[in-house]
Amino acid sequence: MMDRLSILRLRGLLRKEFLQILRDPSALAIAFLLPAILLLLFGYGVSLDARNAPLAVVIEQPTPLAADFAANLEHSPYFSPRRFASFREAELAMDRREAVGVIWLRADFARKADDGGPAPIGVIVNGVDANNARLIEGYIQQVWVNWLQASATRAGRALAFPAVVHPRVWFNPAVQSRDYLTPGLIAVIMTLTGALLTALVIAREWERGTMEALMVTPVAIWEILTAKLIPYFVLGMGGMAASVLIAVLLFAVPFQGSGWTLTLCSALFMLAALGMGLLISTFARNQFVAGQTAIIVTFLPAFILSGFIFDIGSMPAAVQFLTHLVAARYFVTILQSVFLAGDIWSVIAPNAAALLIMAVVFLGAVRLTARKRLD
Amino acid sequence: MWSQIFALIVKELLAILKDPKSRMVLIGPPLIELLVFGYAATFDLDHAPIAIYNQDHSAASRDLVARFAGSPSFKVVATLDGPRQIEQLIDTRQALLVVVIDPRFTRDLALQRPAPVQLIVDGRNSNTALVALGYANAIVSDFNISWLAKIGAPPPSTLLDIRARYNPALLSRWFIVPGVVAVLTQVVVSLVVGMSVAREREMGTFDQLLVTPLRPIDILLGKGLPGLLIGSAEATIGIIGAVWWFEVPLRGGLVPLYIGVVLFAMAITGIGLMISSLAATQQQALLGAFLFLVPSIILSGFATPVSNMPEIIQRLTLINPMRYFLVVVRASFLEESGLLSLWPQYWPMAVIAMATLVTAGWLFRKRSV
Repeated sequence: MMDRLSILRLRGLLRKEFLQILRDPSALAIAFLLPAILLLLFGYGVSLDARNAPLAVVIEQPTPLAADFAANLEHSPYFSPRRFASFREAELAMDRREAVGVIWLRADFARKADDGGPAPIGVIVNGVDANNARLIEGYIQQVWVNWLQASATRAGRALAFPAVVHPRVWFNPAVQSRDYLTPGLIAVIMTLTGALLTALVIAREWERGTMEALMVTPVAIWEILTAKLIPYFVLGMGGMAASVLIAVLLFAVPFQGSGWTLTLCSALFMLAALGMGLLISTFARNQFVAGQTAIIVTFLPAFILSGFIFDIGSMPAAVQFLTHLVAARYFVTILQSVFLAGDIWSVIAPNAAALLIMAVVFLGAVRLTARKRLD
Repeated sequence: MWSQIFALIVKELLAILKDPKSRMVLIGPPLIELLVFGYAATFDLDHAPIAIYNQDHSAASRDLVARFAGSPSFKVVATLDGPRQIEQLIDTRQALLVVVIDPRFTRDLALQRPAPVQLIVDGRNSNTALVALGYANAIVSDFNISWLAKIGAPPPSTLLDIRARYNPALLSRWFIVPGVVAVLTQVVVSLVVGMSVAREREMGTFDQLLVTPLRPIDILLGKGLPGLLIGSAEATIGIIGAVWWFEVPLRGGLVPLYIGVVLFAMAITGIGLMISSLAATQQQALLGAFLFLVPSIILSGFATPVSNMPEIIQRLTLINPMRYFLVVVRASFLEESGLLSLWPQYWPMAVIAMATLVTAGWLFRKRSV
């Protein structure tokens, strides 16, 4: 099988692939530039945390009570309140997207509260962005509860709310979305580069007619495939290393696990992603179809079905089942654990096994379909 | 003159639609994606796994536990009798949240002292953690109010009266599905247009096109209009799916929506043609399309709000047509926005379209000399 000639041929093919990569810098750009730019943009740009959210406040009748509540909103790091003279004006500001919500203290607010209450605090949020609206509601609720408790303590009255919540957020005490989004982003970006790099390489040979030229030489199909795989594997792992460095050094994402675990899992994931790309490539035979397919079956699912941003547990059962076909899903889980929680093998092992199976299936499928088409 | 451009458009459409595989990737996957993503892309918690560690076996704490168990957002997967299991449940992701009720809970309640309820939540996904804490806080608030009523204490002097406008149930789907329509339109148009010139260049047929009597502006129209047509068709499929399958209300009407679709498709066509005329090979064109597509999706407000981004990145999003189109799509679906209120979204798209189309035409001419 693996005789001297075969090794010589493989070496020749590898040389050809590396030369091709070096001569068309776009492959190098996909491997290194793309991950770096994307990670930088997203690391700074993607955040689900509301800070200083613009909030419209309407106080129809200035009273010490209303002013006290408004001051509490003012001091919250989540809001930057702006006063409006009437509810109508505040509503218009919300429609112009200058405010995420309106706090409306009606004229009879203080009187009702003094009469034993309860005096309603009107809260109207723009529900178009449902998630953001829910977080804003949560923050307002928090400000309100704290305000009630503090004023009760000050007045020496019994607590307004006897049962008190003490939240403890493990792994990410500051609840920074960047810490969980960045590891996920690495998986999304590597899916993209892994599949994109290889999706085009075989399709290109078909489209340019050089595949037939290769077919008439004595090289075996597995030699062609191996020669395609190795250089892009090296490129992909390089991109991966660059991404991890950016995440840890620049974004200061905590890294609790070990480098070995990460390297092993990344290699498995890279093989699965490259296998997928090669499969697309052998099936598509033209670069337009290969490119479209690569985006639609790899990037978009990695973005939406991997648990990177949308929680898989909340999806309908049928869609949850589909997520098992997305390699990025396993890698996102591994990365989030390795970065934020450490080497928890009961989480890593099954996910790594799934990646291994996907790599074997994809590369095996490439091997089979490629032979059929070349015979 | 027009018949030549028309012939070029027909040729472009044929080049894309004649090949069954190309035809398939334009129609099949986008539809499937709309369907799958419409269901998948949700921030709402539905039966999230939680565990209860109740150290205070009394009526009050059992009432609180029952409220957690009865919430549709949570599902109690474990009831613990020691603190050791907490770590294991959270580490292995079997539970998102553990509710720990202090042994002094009832006593503190009776003495009107703060009665602690500890909520331990998995912060690996900080958004899910915040949403879960939000639901849990609301449950504890409800418990408090009914507890006060039960012991005959006066209710709190003020109350929050929260309402969400345009999306009263706060369904993520109403927010995400229109966004997916926009994303799919953008992906398809930028790839169709982005590859069109690069393919001709790689095959050498672009030179042939240049020696015909067609002027660069004619080539621009011939290459651009198919993108506009395909983009509008793709958006229409998405809108139909959103309205009839996902039952997202279409409150603003079709006119403001389609003005947005046309302006957006023009802007994306312009960008695609620019990328295409700069690329020498299809691989470069694809890379260019990607370098544009991915940031423009992530920095558009599709999944994470633009207002949460740092100031400098927010300024960068001003040149992203997707940012404006998303507002138009969501406003046309959910708000009853008139044309006038969407004007601030329309004109930037028109400006981007003009600028990129003119540049693309200039690039054709430059490259043809």
